[in-house]
Amino acid sequence: MTYMNKTLKEIHAALINKEVTSAELVEEALTKAHQNAKECNSFVTILDEAEPTVVTDNILSGIPYGAKDNYSTKGILTTGSSNTLKDYVPFYDATVIQKLKDAGAVMIGKTAMDEFGMGGTGTTAHTGIITNPWDHERMCAGSSAGSAAAVAAGVFPYALGSDTGDSIRKPAAYCGIVGYKPTYGLISRYGLFPYASSLDHCGVLTRSVEDAAIVVDNIKGQDQNDMTSWDSSNINLTKSLTGNVKGKKLCYIKEICDIANYTNPTPELTAHLANFKHTLEICKKLGITVEEVSVDQTLLNAEPAVYVILSYAEATSNLSNLTGIIFGPRGEGKDVNEMMKDHRTKGFSPLIKRRFVIGSYVLQKENQERYFKNAQRVRRLLVDAWKDLFKNYDGVILPVGSGPAKYLKDDDNTLTKNTEILEEHLQIGNFGGFPSITIPNGFIANLPVGVNITGNCYDDANVLNLAYALEKAMNYQNMIAGDKR
Amino acid sequence: MKKIVPVIGIEMHCELKSNSKVFSSARNCFSEEANSNIRPLDMAFPGTLPVVNKKCVKDALKMALVLNCQVPEYMYFDRKNYYYPDLPKGYQITQNTEPVGVNGYLDIPYQNGIKKVLIHDIHLEEDSASLEHYFDATLIDYNRAGVPLLELVTEPCFNSSAEVLAFLEYIKTVYQYCDVSEADTKKGQIRCDVNVSIMPEGATTLGTKVEIKNVNGFGNVVEAIEYEIKRQTELMNAGKYDLVEQETRRFDEETGETYRMRSKVDAIDYKYFIEPNIPKYKITHEWLEKIKKEIPILPLERQKLYTTEYGLSEVDTNIIIKDKSLADYFEECLNLGIDAKVAANWLITQILGYLNKKDLPIEKIYLTPSRLKELITYQNKGLISSKQAKEIFNQVLTEEKEVATFIKEENAQISDEDKLTHIIKNILDNNPEQIKQYHNGKTNLFDYFVGQVMRETKGKANPVLTKEILTKLLGEITH
Repeated sequence: MTYMNKTLKEIHAALINKEVTSAELVEEALTKAHQNAKECNSFVTILDEAEPTVVTDNILSGIPYGAKDNYSTKGILTTGSSNTLKDYVPFYDATVIQKLKDAGAVMIGKTAMDEFGMGGTGTTAHTGIITNPWDHERMCAGSSAGSAAAVAAGVFPYALGSDTGDSIRKPAAYCGIVGYKPTYGLISRYGLFPYASSLDHCGVLTRSVEDAAIVVDNIKGQDQNDMTSWDSSNINLTKSLTGNVKGKKLCYIKEICDIANYTNPTPELTAHLANFKHTLEICKKLGITVEEVSVDQTLLNAEPAVYVILSYAEATSNLSNLTGIIFGPRGEGKDVNEMMKDHRTKGFSPLIKRRFVIGSYVLQKENQERYFKNAQRVRRLLVDAWKDLFKNYDGVILPVGSGPAKYLKDDDNTLTKNTEILEEHLQIGNFGGFPSITIPNGFIANLPVGVNITGNCYDDANVLNLAYALEKAMNYQNMIAGDKR
Repeated sequence: MKKIVPVIGIEMHCELKSNSKVFSSARNCFSEEANSNIRPLDMAFPGTLPVVNKKCVKDALKMALVLNCQVPEYMYFDRKNYYYPDLPKGYQITQNTEPVGVNGYLDIPYQNGIKKVLIHDIHLEEDSASLEHYFDATLIDYNRAGVPLLELVTEPCFNSSAEVLAFLEYIKTVYQYCDVSEADTKKGQIRCDVNVSIMPEGATTLGTKVEIKNVNGFGNVVEAIEYEIKRQTELMNAGKYDLVEQETRRFDEETGETYRMRSKVDAIDYKYFIEPNIPKYKITHEWLEKIKKEIPILPLERQKLYTTEYGLSEVDTNIIIKDKSLADYFEECLNLGIDAKVAANWLITQILGYLNKKDLPIEKIYLTPSRLKELITYQNKGLISSKQAKEIFNQVLTEEKEVATFIKEENAQISDEDKLTHIIKNILDNNPEQIKQYHNGKTNLFDYFVGQVMRETKGKANPVLTKEILTKLLGEITH
């Protein structure tokens, strides 16, 4: 009998009924973690000494989970999957980690990721490439690649992720699981290694919408250590999952979803968009009104560049603390500037260095108006465009990516201009801090694909309930990689 | 040759008083032990976030109001990005987009008149760590990292080092009056950057600006300005003004000279952008009104009050208002009903003398205004002489005991009329010869009798009363 492949409620019931103990769950999770680490390279650290906890009324008590390696964990190696912090052991817990400790959850590992959350492939971790449990030739996407791989493989029912562009929601789609990034500030970022502070979100990867709601109910809340967090004590996501969505309204964007917009579409893209249309039909059957809307193509075309400019700019500043002086391996050199340079030259991967160069460039006095300030303006325009949609709709529903997980060998970290907006539109959820959830909505070439629902700020309960109803109607929940469909 | 006019602007950084640092919960106080006042944020451990200290924001707003500045609708902070080992995050959180105050002014006393100093802006920011350089190593103390700093930037509105000094001296007392900073130059709480240029009198365009960074202490500010004026003037007079470059220089305290650090071409691009971890914060009208009410009467206004209303001399007034604690002590004395001149006299002659000798702040003095009032009351009632009052003053301070402790029977002045009359009668009875001589015109013998009374009472007889009784009794004897 295995339990780590079950839902949180099922596992909790088994614990309460004494079918299984917390210790047995920890043992199972650790065994699976080692196996998954071997197969997918998904862990930086596996906590073989993880202690079982007392089972209480809290659904999370006694149950193992994984945390992305950019959550500060007291006394436990936390690297951000970077050589600059390869031996760094924090002396404080992130707020989220502390909350899970308080809930009685058992952390059994720290998952690998794209270095400091930068990258959408799962290929830039200092521990090596992370592979997709459905097909090891393919990527998980990123940056929460290890978390997605481990949850999809049934190592534990949930893992913490973080999302700056789509770092939770894209890997979730590629791995056939649920990825939820709540409204900005619903979960405290204290202790999350920053990438781009105005876009960074904490979130969770699970195998069902209900599990996502349960976990986030436990980790959300205003935190005196994070000024951007807000009081959500009146929100109970789990209780909001009624499945009743009659009369709700969703829209999708023609410029993103219409196959006619893409020249020479691949068969995978064609199938993906057709499958999306099929999902819309399911929504309608649930009593949801689904309408096509149009957004200015020029504005949409500008979106990827806006993300690049804003996130890279914030990243250069956010990661300026990595000098090897206070923590991280001390660089060599005849003076302190050379030492800092040496630390950073040796520590960061080429991808990050490229982002720093671009980030610095757009912030320079002579460029700031043209690039950084303009990007901020376009960000505002895009957010306003989405907020306009939320005046009439409960959410925007869109396909995630241009198809199933990509082959690792095809990765050259460049974007195909043709399908760029399809690959990058989830970033608008970060621009606006919108609640956004990806759930699996089918299979293409025996690989899972995902659909995303994004709603207005503070409307997490509504967004989750829509996803919950759709999930039930499609029956792709609680999938474990390799399951035949 | 035309007269040369120097043009000077000041950037003054002053450490604010607060329980905790401006963006972290670490204590903000001087500590002998290095790296004892730190939280994870102060060393920029990954994942830490700034949380704004509301008290510091309030104090910054208070100073913006005192300086008659425009206050923005929202409070923002910016990041100033650069690498230096004393800057753990790799950026300083400061205010660039919307400083807490802009376009202000302050009237300051200058040479028996008033000078209007124009304020470009005032903004709240964090201090860096302090570095200690040794022969083969540099040590970093993060206690200072994150200490709240208020940076005040004036317009180039000064034409001499004397004007600058008057401004610095005055603004220092204003900070102290507003209770936002100790403003102690000895503790390095005030540091200045000085901008100096020169131009021929009557010229309309400013000369080339030279910035002298990080000058510690007002004396050094004056010296740096003087040196720089001299250097630039000599170059101008020699027809080599083009050698004056727009550059940043440093002041060497040993030589009293300035040296080039970097030219404008090498100026650092700080890549400012708004700090995303601190949401913009609405500065409400109600809050500003509340802060306004906390602004005390400033030294310049007190100066007017003391000289015109209380009749103090200008010298005494200036001594008292220079230190808000002194002025507060003085005003408390007045509230207790002590005469202004009496209070000022005690304060300036006795109390300040004592404080200077002991190197104590007035807050620490045992003789509070109410104890001083008690002492003065004993004196006014004639229970003690002024000489005794001074003695008791010293006793109270050295033994730290209540004034009443020292008003003992045997010490007390004899002011009892019956008692004194009895003593005096005895003395007169024993000196019939002197009485006769007195009545025969040797009136200076009156002092002889007084002396006898004092000898008898060991100097404790109330002199006024003694004289009264003596006059009366000597008069009676004639008859």
